[in-house]
Amino acid sequence: MAVIRISAPETAEKNEVIEIKAMIQHPMETGYRRDERGDVIPRDIITNFRCGYNGEIVFEAEFLPGIAANPFLTFYLRATHSGSLNMSWTDQDGQSWSATHALTVA
Amino acid sequence: MDKPLSRPTDWTRRGVIAAGTAAMSLFVPGVAEATPDDLENAIRDLFGDRPLSEGRVVVGLPPIAENGNSVALNISVDSPMTPEDHVRQIVVLSPRNPIATLAQFRLSPSVARADISTRVRLAGTQTVRVVAEISDGSLWTGKASTYVTLAACVIG
Repeated sequence: MAVIRISAPETAEKNEVIEIKAMIQHPMETGYRRDERGDVIPRDIITNFRCGYNGEIVFEAEFLPGIAANPFLTFYLRATHSGSLNMSWTDQDGQSWSATHALTVA
Repeated sequence: MDKPLSRPTDWTRRGVIAAGTAAMSLFVPGVAEATPDDLENAIRDLFGDRPLSEGRVVVGLPPIAENGNSVALNISVDSPMTPEDHVRQIVVLSPRNPIATLAQFRLSPSVARADISTRVRLAGTQTVRVVAEISDGSLWTGKASTYVTLAACVIG
């Protein structure tokens, strides 16, 4: 099970700009490295990140092997209404992981 | 179900896999580096021959990166981020990595500030280029250089 870390405020004023930090533990193996026997280590990367805000995708990222291990993102959202932020990551084989963060807007 | 953001360009999964496979077959036998031409081709594949203006995009990279496997990258685009005028897409490109495209971001107006940070791999000293597509269809570009002392791909 991948470790996910999300840092975002739990409460915000209406229309406040909030900072979101999201990280997932993943090797982001490029497919260019070789092991000690000289065999290519197969590529294994997270290819997609999505942030949903009450069911609507508000921010999306496509990752290629040029993104470092344990892909990390900082971005900003406008807090318009209370609800949930759903972050999900999908790897090249379609396996996905997600986490939800509750946000209360005063 | 969550509805994905509209995809303004034809960045298909198949395309990505094909590009990846092509880059891999090129790379594995020996050394592999994209060339500045690959960077230009990647921009053309994504945006066609639409004009690119310098400005509005600020790229932040450390002047010296000791470890190319993890280099802090910040991108900020000058935009009000309103439904009428916002950044729709941001693409990060390298003239030297095995695959020219490092990442691609799609933004909605709910992204209050067009400011994104992440960590990238860099296969050597280079100038990273970022292209931002605004909701009116205009393209803006910025770049930043970093001196990489230990390149990604070379070390484990």
